[in-house]
Formats: sequence, structure tokens, C-alpha cells
Amino acid sequence: MMFFERIKKSLFGIAGRASLAGALTVLCGLLLTGCHGGRVSKSFEIPEEFDTSENIELTFWAKNDTNKTQTEIYEKAARDFESLYPNVKINIRFYTDYGKIYNDVITNIATGTTPNICITYPDHIATYLTGVDQVLELTDIIDNEKYGLGGSELRFDGPKKDEIVAKFLEECYIGGSLYAMPYMRSTEALYVNKTYVEKLGYELPDEVTWDFIWEVSDAAMEKNADDTFKVNGQNVMIPFIYKSTDNMMIQMLRQKGWDYTTGDGEVLLFNDNTKSLLFEIADHAGKRSFSTFKISSYPGNFLNAGQCIFAVDSTAGATWMGPEAPLSDIHDNAKVKDVEVVVRKIPQFDTEHPLMISQGPSMCIFNKEDPQVVLASWLFMQFLLTDEVQISYAQTEGYIPVTTKAHNNPEYIDYLGRGGEDNKKYYSIKLDATKMFLDNIGNTFITPVFNGSASVRDAAGQLIESTTKSMRRNQTVDDDYMEKLYSETVSLYRLDQLGASTAGKGRKAEDLGPLPGGAKALLISLGSIWILIIMYFCYINIKRRLFNKNNE
Amino acid sequence: MKKKLLSVLLAGAMALSLAACGNSTPAADNEGVMTYAEYAAADLDTEVTVETYVQAHQSWWDNKVTVYTQDDDGAYFLYELQCSEEDAEKLVPGTKIRVSGFKSEWSGEVEIVDAKFEFVDDGTSFIASPVDLTDKLASDDLINYQNQLFAANGLTVVARPSGNAFDYKWDNSGSHDENSDLYFDVQDAAGNTITLTIESYLCDNTTDIYETVENLNVGDTVDVEGYLYWYEGANPHIVGMGVHPN
Repeated sequence: MMFFERIKKSLFGIAGRASLAGALTVLCGLLLTGCHGGRVSKSFEIPEEFDTSENIELTFWAKNDTNKTQTEIYEKAARDFESLYPNVKINIRFYTDYGKIYNDVITNIATGTTPNICITYPDHIATYLTGVDQVLELTDIIDNEKYGLGGSELRFDGPKKDEIVAKFLEECYIGGSLYAMPYMRSTEALYVNKTYVEKLGYELPDEVTWDFIWEVSDAAMEKNADDTFKVNGQNVMIPFIYKSTDNMMIQMLRQKGWDYTTGDGEVLLFNDNTKSLLFEIADHAGKRSFSTFKISSYPGNFLNAGQCIFAVDSTAGATWMGPEAPLSDIHDNAKVKDVEVVVRKIPQFDTEHPLMISQGPSMCIFNKEDPQVVLASWLFMQFLLTDEVQISYAQTEGYIPVTTKAHNNPEYIDYLGRGGEDNKKYYSIKLDATKMFLDNIGNTFITPVFNGSASVRDAAGQLIESTTKSMRRNQTVDDDYMEKLYSETVSLYRLDQLGASTAGKGRKAEDLGPLPGGAKALLISLGSIWILIIMYFCYINIKRRLFNKNNE
Repeated sequence: MKKKLLSVLLAGAMALSLAACGNSTPAADNEGVMTYAEYAAADLDTEVTVETYVQAHQSWWDNKVTVYTQDDDGAYFLYELQCSEEDAEKLVPGTKIRVSGFKSEWSGEVEIVDAKFEFVDDGTSFIASPVDLTDKLASDDLINYQNQLFAANGLTVVARPSGNAFDYKWDNSGSHDENSDLYFDVQDAAGNTITLTIESYLCDNTTDIYETVENLNVGDTVDVEGYLYWYEGANPHIVGMGVHPN
């Protein structure tokens, strides 16, 4: 099992014997802690100076894609930072699973032993925020003259605020406040066996539609008398495989202009719009011209074996796509090499207005008692945004740097222009996927983040997985089936227990609704006290003046 | 007398009904249960029901457990079987269970998915003896032993692409602390190389086998035992190993 390993444990990603019940207990504890104001308030104020005489040790929880080069880049960044700030030592703990980081953070919030910095998803940060003052709010610090983005006292050439790609920074706002910085971004790409498309009598357009994919996929199911498929002469052919069905559903809905949640957490997924998409998918699943990663396996494995024509996977998985890919799970003799694999945008409903998801890791800082430690964490986080780190990490996969500063760096521009020079650093499909994303930053969208948004994402994918499985099993998929599926999915992901808790990301001036009664009473009391204080001082002042006047 | 008899019959019927409500099944009730041959012949994505014996299982999580099972005729891999934590503790080697789910294939691994099970209390138990596949590791016949407990002896540990005797995760990007799967390559007498895995959800970083592999050196000669799991080719999950003295 080589690639990312089969996804064994998803939402909480707990290895070993930890239980969901345990995680939920911790989560409940967190929520209760939040209700009662937390144990220690650690509101952070930016120190005037970074104290380089104080020895500081930082813990950084990093996420890599089972990619050794990525771990080496993190290590080098830590050592380079330490050489700039000799009083700081960075300890890195590597993860290959966001779910495991999430679970460990939740556990460590309860015990007060969170890391200083971690790579994570905004969806997860929304849950971390249920602990009071746990995650550092970055809204002010990024603008600090000395230590903010591009600040005067930095010992490295970091990006300025306006050099962070605005679309990517937007994703890090939760409830109107900035709680993270983007680290890398990817999107999904369509990897196409162009040779087989043409063999089936079609011309591959630059802008691929869902209709085109379904039509070609169905056509590819034609068989020879010996039961092999005409298009590849093999016994196996799954023309269209989608890796991440939650993204598939979310993007299909978005392309249609149908939201799947509101910004404040109302679930809009279970309706006739979604049903219409599911029936379309069901039609092709029943013909076996469509399948998913969870049902069949990695799209890249089938694509590289000449058993798939359209594979949708992350641009961050581009080094696995194509028979000449530098990374592969299938034996060399199983690859079909005399085919041309090309990259396109994911299929669209409206090619004039393409839409694709923006995804990828972000970084957050956990608040600590010592402001110097927090400042050191912030400095290291900024260091991870420098061109050297951004460009070298982005080159490991089809990621793109999150700063325009890196995009415009001559080294990066040179890299982008060298596609195909080798099948490693300059692997053409990886570079084509990267360039496709760079060209379409303006066409990307992000999804609302709130406490529970990760469950809604999972549910969106589950609808496709269940429907596809049912069709493969010759079960009846009709309106009654859909009603039952909706009901079961709501129950499975506990979506009926979600509160409309947090505002959508990317909206700084979010309307948070009317103030709670307690807050109103507190504000009125504070105002009244101030009025009384002012009246008292006025009274004293007048009294003193009158006294002075009488004595003159 | 008739009323008394009727009462006894009704009580008996009720007792039987209650027994049927439990999660244990009497031996004679095997309607719809497939033989291994019938299971092997069944199409993918069809519903299957088999009776089989637990050999090992991975760690329980979120009301699911992945189980390695076998009987005299063949082996079944039960992927994420629906199971309470309490029942998972009862899935000890030798336990007979009846499993109903769907036959499926994932990267070459034929398995039963979306399955439920019940314990079969017929007094029988079965612990598989490993089949010796030392001479078959590169043969086309190997797939016929898929999921079975097997042994292979006198294998030589060869360097991974990383140069190591073993890697944490396939590309050595994992770690002991992360409880990563271990990968190591061995060569048989004919020079065929196969990658073996310590699946950490089956044998985690506290087990002897995990530690044994962490102490391997390139050139060591080993005898191994494990389950013949498949991922784009044979990718056995090893559970036992002896290292020959140098």
C-alpha cells in the first residue's frame, strides 16, 4: 500500500486504540470549557521588541503528503530560521494525516499542551476556536510595523500583506477575524487519456463539460466479443473515476449556483437540486462508466494502467498521474505507456464561467502565556511564507505558492517554463496542473467554515458514494431511495445536531446577529459606570472651582 | 391438558424467537450461507453470506473493525465490518461468525464490504495453519491464496529504494511515534523481490513484530508468516517473523 495508504480512518483519523467516544468526550469538555470562560485567558499583546536573549523552544506540527522531500524542506526551514534567530529552537513533529493533527490538537487543548504552530485546515480551526483564546487572532499582528507581514524588524525577506494572494487569505478569516495564514494551495484537475478519447472518435476540447465526460465515458464501455473493452483491449475499464467525491458534489452544486450550506452553518444539501445531480451520476454508475476512489481505488492507478480515461484528483497529486509519472503504485509492466495524458480544468456546466475549489493547508498559532513565545511563533510562520520555502515546497507537487511575491520570483517563473525537461522536478503533467491552477486563481471558490462544516463536506461525498454503490449493486435508485439516503446521511453525520454557530469565511464584515441579552446588559452596565465616573469627576471639579472662587 | 401443551409450545416458540433476536445463531440455521467456492464464483458487487472463522483483526474504531478470517477452504478479508467495541473484543482467533455483505474489489484485493455479522455458537473453532508459499511468491498461482495465512522461509532482506532495510511508510516519510506502517523488501532464492508490510492497525508499534522489523539489517535471512493481502499485487501483512542468526 504505497500512495497515501488506503483511507482507513477518516474524520478523527485516530490511529491505534483511541476511540471516537474519547475524542467526543474531549470535544464536549472543550465546549464546556468554552461555555465557562476557559481556564486561563492569554490575550496576546505584541511586545515592543522581540527579546533575542530569551531562549525559546517552539513545537511545529507539520503535514506532508507522504513525500520525503517535503519533510526535508520543513527541516531546512527550521534550521534556516534558527540560524537567523539563534535563541529559537524549532521541534517538528510530522504528520501525513490532517485528521490525526486535528485529533491531537483537540486532545492537547484539553491538557493545555498544544503545539505553537500547526498546519491545519480552516474547517478544523473552527473547532479549535471553541476553546477560549486557544488560537491566536492574527488580524492585528499582520499589520504591525515592526513584526507584521514585511515588517521593518524581520531578519528575512518575507511577503507584505498585499503580496499574499487575496483569495487565499480570505479563506483564513473565520467569523470576520483572521485565525490562519495560507501555506500552500491546490485545486482539482482533470487528467485525461487523450489518446483513448480520440480513439473513441471524439476531439478533446480545451474546456471539458460534464456532458462530454458522461458521453465519452459511456461510449468507452463498448466491448469486444471476448468481453474485453474495445478502447483498451483489457478486461478492466472504468472511464471516469473521481478521487474526492465531497469535492465533486460541492463543485457541481457551486457550478450550478446552488449552495450546499449557508455561511453560518445552515445545511442546504438535501434538496431536489442535489437529487437531480445524484440521478445523473447514478445513471453512469449503473453503466459502470463512473466510479470513485473509495469504491475502486486511486484514479491514477487505473489511468496509468490504461484502464481509465478521465481521472479527477488534486493538483497536489499530479506526480502520480500519467504512465511516466515519477511516483506510481503499479508495476512498470502494468503501465500502458503509448498514450498521451493531458491536464484540463475539472468538468464544468458553464465553460464561460468555470469554477473550481481552492483547497490546501493553512497554518495557525496557538496562544501561550509568554508573548515572546507567541511572537517567535508568528515570526516562524512568516518565515514559512518566504520565497525559498514557498517555491521549494510547491515544486514537490502541483501546489502553488500562496504569495504573489513567489509567483513573480524569477526562479519560480523559470521553473514553470521548464516542463518536460525531466520526469522528476520538471515533470510535465505536474507543471501543466500547476499552470492550470495559476491561470484560474480567479475562478476558484472556497466553502463556508463553521464548527461542523467538515461533517457537511463528508456528507456531500457520502451521497455520491452511496448512490454509486447502490447502482453497482443493482438496487433501485428512485425518489424513495433518495429520501431514505438523505435521512440516513443526516443521521450518520449528526447534521441535525449542528448549530448555526460561526459565520462564513472570507467575509470580514460578517453580520453576527443581535447581541445576546447578557452581553447587552454588560455593555449597558459598563456605559452606566463610565457615565457615573464622569459625572463624579465633573462634580469634584465644579466643587473645587467653587471652593477656589470663594477663597479668592 | 391441551391448554398445558399449548402453553408449553408457545413458551418454546417464544424462547426460540428470543434466541433468534440475539446475536448468536444455532448451527443448523445456515440457509443462504455460501461455500467458499460459491463465494469465489460470485460476481463483484453482489450480496454474499459466509460462515468463517476469525484469525485476526485490526484495531476497532468508530463501530468498525477490519477482520482476517479463514476456514478449511479459503480466506475472507472483511473490510470495516460493522461492529460494536464490545463485540470486537469477542472476535478472538478461532471464533465462528456469519457475515453478510457485498463482495467487492479494491486495487486487486477481493473483500467483503458494508457487512454485518453475528456470532455462530455451534461449538466449532478453527485456527488456520500457514500454507507454505516460499516457492510461489512470484507465481501466477499466488492470487489463489489471497488473504490466507501463509509462511515463506529463507528470504533475504534487501535494501529499499531509500537504502534502508525497512521504511516507515512506503517512502520513509513516517515514524515510529506516528505508528506508521513498516515496509521491507525480501528476495526469495530465485531472486524475486516482494514488499512485505507491517500493517500498524494490525500490529502496532508496541508489538514484538514491529520491533523485530525495526531491527532488521540488509542481508538478514528471515522466515515470515502473515496474511496474503493484495494491493496492486501481493502486499502481505506480516504478523510473525524469525531472523536467522548470522
